[in-house]
Amino acid sequence: MSHTPNPTDSPVSRRRFISLSGGVAAGAALSAPFVQAQPAKIKVGMMLPATGTFASLGTAITNGFRMAVGERGGKLGGREIEYFAVDDESNPAKAPENTNRLVQRDKVDVLVGTVHSGVALGMAKIARETGTLLLIPNAGADDITGPMCSSNIFRTSFSNWQPIHPLGKVMAERGHKTVVWISWKYAAGDESARSFKEGFEKTGGKVVKELGLPFPNVEFQPLLAEIAAIKPDAVACFFAGAGAAKFISDYAAAGLKDKIPLYGSGFLTDGVLQAVQAQAQGVMTTLHYADSLPSKRDQEFRLGYVKQFKMQPDVYAVQGYDTGLLLAQAMESVKGDFGNKAALIKAMEGVKIDSPRGAWTMSKEHNPTQDIYLRKVEGEQNKFVSVAWKALSEPSRGCRMG
Amino acid sequence: MDHLAPILIQVLNGLQYGLLLFLVASGLTLIFGIMGVINLAHGSFYMIGAYFAWSLASYFGNLLTAILVGIVLSVLLGLALERLLIRHFYGRDHLYQVLLTYGLILIFEQLRSLIWGDEVQGVKVPELFNYSIPLTDTLSYPVYRLVISAACVAIALGLHWLIRRTRLGMMIRAGAHNREMTEAMGINVRMLFAVVFSLGVALAALAGMLASPVSSVYPNMGSQVLIICFVVVVIGGIGSVKGALVGALLIGLADTFGQVYLPQLAGMVVYLLMAAVLVFRPEGLFRKT
Repeated sequence: MSHTPNPTDSPVSRRRFISLSGGVAAGAALSAPFVQAQPAKIKVGMMLPATGTFASLGTAITNGFRMAVGERGGKLGGREIEYFAVDDESNPAKAPENTNRLVQRDKVDVLVGTVHSGVALGMAKIARETGTLLLIPNAGADDITGPMCSSNIFRTSFSNWQPIHPLGKVMAERGHKTVVWISWKYAAGDESARSFKEGFEKTGGKVVKELGLPFPNVEFQPLLAEIAAIKPDAVACFFAGAGAAKFISDYAAAGLKDKIPLYGSGFLTDGVLQAVQAQAQGVMTTLHYADSLPSKRDQEFRLGYVKQFKMQPDVYAVQGYDTGLLLAQAMESVKGDFGNKAALIKAMEGVKIDSPRGAWTMSKEHNPTQDIYLRKVEGEQNKFVSVAWKALSEPSRGCRMG
Repeated sequence: MDHLAPILIQVLNGLQYGLLLFLVASGLTLIFGIMGVINLAHGSFYMIGAYFAWSLASYFGNLLTAILVGIVLSVLLGLALERLLIRHFYGRDHLYQVLLTYGLILIFEQLRSLIWGDEVQGVKVPELFNYSIPLTDTLSYPVYRLVISAACVAIALGLHWLIRRTRLGMMIRAGAHNREMTEAMGINVRMLFAVVFSLGVALAALAGMLASPVSSVYPNMGSQVLIICFVVVVIGGIGSVKGALVGALLIGLADTFGQVYLPQLAGMVVYLLMAAVLVFRPEGLFRKT
């Protein structure tokens, strides 16, 4: 409804912005030779949420990305970086406008974004049309690496299908036969629901009811009452960010915590445990990252992150970090020659990322092939329990890449 | 009993949500019905109330004090806005008012960002009410939600008394029916409008303050409420406080039951209800207060 510009944006009025962008477009052609004379910087456009329920996720991703680049002396394949930032407000309706601010006005070389799946779909559409390189550090919309896949679009996080697919198997192994599913009704929620159901019902279990509410509403009370009335063996859910914290605390306040065990994809308990530590104890989730992973790589990353940003890293920070690694490694292998798109893309496709989450490779749909972990909330951590699924690759869903 | 309990609990949820909507919608309908001003910024007052609750509660360490101070602040905000801006738009075309109050939304959002930041914030439930009472063997009900409902009922009764039983209420009703005649009778309608406007602002802000512990506090939280409150006002009949109450309860129940029993249509049910009401009663369920 209302317009909240990113506070880091320069304070230009709308009218001035329009006249400016016209001027920039006209001036770009004239000033091109002049720009060439300078050691050309790589322009990186960060389109992430700076406000709303996903704001903290945007911060973690930006931090992770900058950390990866910082480890390489702030350069990508020997070239300096110029950052541009836009707050996408997690608002799909504004996705085309916001994406174009970076692609058309700022003429960025690489787009990095975003968290919300609906917004990312809008970005992917423009990236396909303009050929701009798009790196997605979170949004899991299945279609992006499915029917909408494109050679210039890469994802460093997960597809919505991926992290929650092993949860069904895990819950069946723990003896749960009937489950109520609950999530926000938007792309990520619906796709997680489908994936969970597919995995769980394959084991003979049954999803007795699917509950949903519009994103990003947090009035869970009626739905919790319905869960209490159905009395399933367990509840599985998909929520993230501040809404997830709210769900966990409402679930406990409704007295369900000790009666009907709560499971979810790991986004439920990532980055929210400081706020709802007591209410979240014992909640089990599956995700491609966990606290206290038994790996030296991860420990080093976490120490470095805490030192630099004075806060604990989470899965979003890792994804941002891996996005930085992906771009940096590819740029190094083409020796900073960004113009050679074909070689750059080839380098990204063959990449092996030595990530804090464990090494992963790029699937042919441009989505990570990675391990999924089972975790349990203990204290303020999502403690690693076991590997729920080794090297899980998403099923090919109609991705035809030219 | 076993089959009835879940339904009764959902009725409770629906009424609680509806009562909260009523607080916001009553101000909206009063301002439009009596002053003829379309106030799009009404949702912002709800948001401002929630942020007042959050920042004042962390300052005083006590939500009740925060709410009392917050009410005073929002009345002052209402008086100032009426004096500086709204006053100049009475009797003008609604389009000007829409433009003005939409501009106010942008200004309030920007101010909110500067003063309070863009993070999502939580407000603690007051210790006194921070427990749940068991309703069935699986479900407990947070007491604070019952407190919200009780507060809303008290305010609804207070409003009814104010409008129907007091001299001020009589003037408000007279002003709503016929402004010129009321002025001719020697009543200061300007003053009256200032009172009504700040009353509306205070009601919306109070709703935001009461709701803050259960809804959390976040940017743009007013816009969702604004849209749903316009639906309430349209259903109830523009300008009718009684209509706002009935409309709000209907919407609260429809939304609650819609979410549970028609999950595929979650979010659409209230608009379908509005469409249905408009087909049969285009002026809404009730006439102007």
